[in-house]
Amino acid sequence: MSGLTLENIDKNFGAVVAVRDVNLHLPDGQFICFLGPSGCGKTTLLRLIAGLEKPSRGRILLDEEDITHIPAYKHNFGMVFQSLALFPHMTVGENVSYSLRVRKTDKSAQRQRAQELLDLVKLSGLIDRHISQLSGGQRQRVAMARALAIEPKLFLLDEPLSALDAKLREDMQLELRMLQQRLAVTTILVTHDQREAMTMSDLVVVMGPDNRVHQMDSPLEIYRNPADTFVADFIGTSNLLDGISSGSREVTVSGARLEIAEMPDGMTPDTKVTVSIRPEEVHVLPDLEKGDNRLHGTVSFVRDVGSSVEIYLDCNGLQIVSQSTPKGRPAVKQGDQATAVLPPTACVVLRS
Amino acid sequence: MIEEKPKGLRAYLTLVYPTLMLGIFFIVPFGLMAAVSFFHRQPGGFYTPGFELTNYKNLYTALFGRTLMFSLFIAGLSAAVCVSIGFPFTYFITRMKRRVQVVWLILLMSVLSLSEVIVGFAWSLLLSRTAGLTNLFVWLGLMERPVALYPGFAALLFGICYLAFPYTVLVLYPPLSRLDPALPEAAQTLGASPLRTFFTVVVGSLRNAIVAAFVMVFVFTLGAYLLPQILGRPRHWTLSVLITDAAIYQTNMPLAAAMAIFFMSVSLVLVALTMMIGKGKKIRTT
Repeated sequence: MSGLTLENIDKNFGAVVAVRDVNLHLPDGQFICFLGPSGCGKTTLLRLIAGLEKPSRGRILLDEEDITHIPAYKHNFGMVFQSLALFPHMTVGENVSYSLRVRKTDKSAQRQRAQELLDLVKLSGLIDRHISQLSGGQRQRVAMARALAIEPKLFLLDEPLSALDAKLREDMQLELRMLQQRLAVTTILVTHDQREAMTMSDLVVVMGPDNRVHQMDSPLEIYRNPADTFVADFIGTSNLLDGISSGSREVTVSGARLEIAEMPDGMTPDTKVTVSIRPEEVHVLPDLEKGDNRLHGTVSFVRDVGSSVEIYLDCNGLQIVSQSTPKGRPAVKQGDQATAVLPPTACVVLRS
Repeated sequence: MIEEKPKGLRAYLTLVYPTLMLGIFFIVPFGLMAAVSFFHRQPGGFYTPGFELTNYKNLYTALFGRTLMFSLFIAGLSAAVCVSIGFPFTYFITRMKRRVQVVWLILLMSVLSLSEVIVGFAWSLLLSRTAGLTNLFVWLGLMERPVALYPGFAALLFGICYLAFPYTVLVLYPPLSRLDPALPEAAQTLGASPLRTFFTVVVGSLRNAIVAAFVMVFVFTLGAYLLPQILGRPRHWTLSVLITDAAIYQTNMPLAAAMAIFFMSVSLVLVALTMMIGKGKKIRTT
């Protein structure tokens, strides 16, 4: 099996557990994001892959070869650090060609390769500049060019975009994605920004505050079918409703019966479950309408931001948020009685 | 940019005290010494004011030349030894846990609380034949019989480095502890072995701190006066000893002053050169 495989990886720093029982297979040529809140161990996992840390347990295999105990400098990986870690005493060109200098390539070849890479990241002409003379975005590109100089087997990025301002960050996301597709290099990006993960990646690995991997899937699949309540809550916003399974395709939430299109395998009746439904899937109808998959409540708040409208419904202490476009805006105002419609196909049932 | 407000007289008041102190305790005595170096010596007495270059002409002796060269040489050598041991040492301290770092720093600081006299005599004892460390080596079976390791050049160099080492670490500690730990890691992911990383990235990015530490130890050691007399032989005596000898035992103040001024000028030139080399290297890579 080609690609990168992590088997039963644990990593402890003294008594602190950073990564717990990770099993992953990351296929070749893909853009993979490690996504999770801070402190979930995503950076540690990346550092384990890079060889900068040793796992407390488990194995790391690259194309079936065990690389668990190979130190970082013997790998052929390129890494971009959060602080970028550009060498302040070297020029842009010297930074980019550092890996070639270490490998004792001849001087003119080093410069030529640095030039190529700087063209690739659109920094032609800056080869003799000093690092301190560059802007944030330019430094970013130099760090990428430096990591790509040896045509790495893996391209690892540790939240490199987090220091940039919003506009520049979005531009860089797009550029990085295009660069990765052009070079077809297996890329792992660590981020806590789910929008960033969604924009760029083929695969998203979601890690939780318990330092475990919760789900690995394509961004859309993770959004539509979160594996558990943590993922449902962390990726986008979600209405999480506690209930009890009351039939093979039915869940009872605060007295109301909800028909469900698809239940998890092996679900027995009378089990505590959580129903996750995205705000944009919830329809709000004025007045109290009877029918299946409906919850009744009072409009507690309307947030109209122009491009979208959010309606907060209080259904017997259960809060449901609905989001709609200005065109599809339901005719309700704060204090009105209203009905929330939860379509069976949009409800994802998760074990509590 | 924040525009600077025009300062009133009040703002400069705070500067009065340091200026006064600097003037009274540094500039005035220095000026006196500079003046005395041109005065006329009264044999058997003190000096009479005047202007003559005799004192500087009298510097032109083999003894003065040799002592000057030796002073500069031992200062340069001990600075080189201190920095080349102190830099990796400090680097390893800064990579340790915070609590361990504090213990090391306190240990080093405690060395500073010892006076030069105590350190000098302690080492002369430890390096002696009768009561020195070699007795311990004999007892351990590492040596045949105890030997005297002092007086001599090695003992002197050792003593000076022992005194200057804590200062070296203190000068190097702040820049090294501020070094981004990702820098050496980045070098490793780019294929540099730990040793290569140390020389190309850690040493490279801290070149200015290294030059600063070197200059500091060099200047600090130039004034060595006691240790050469305790741990060295007469031929290891530094210019400070010679100046004291001229001033006190020969009561030749003008000559001593001329020596001091000349010595200081030469050291200043050397320090400036070192700084320029440090800067020049930086400009080349810019």
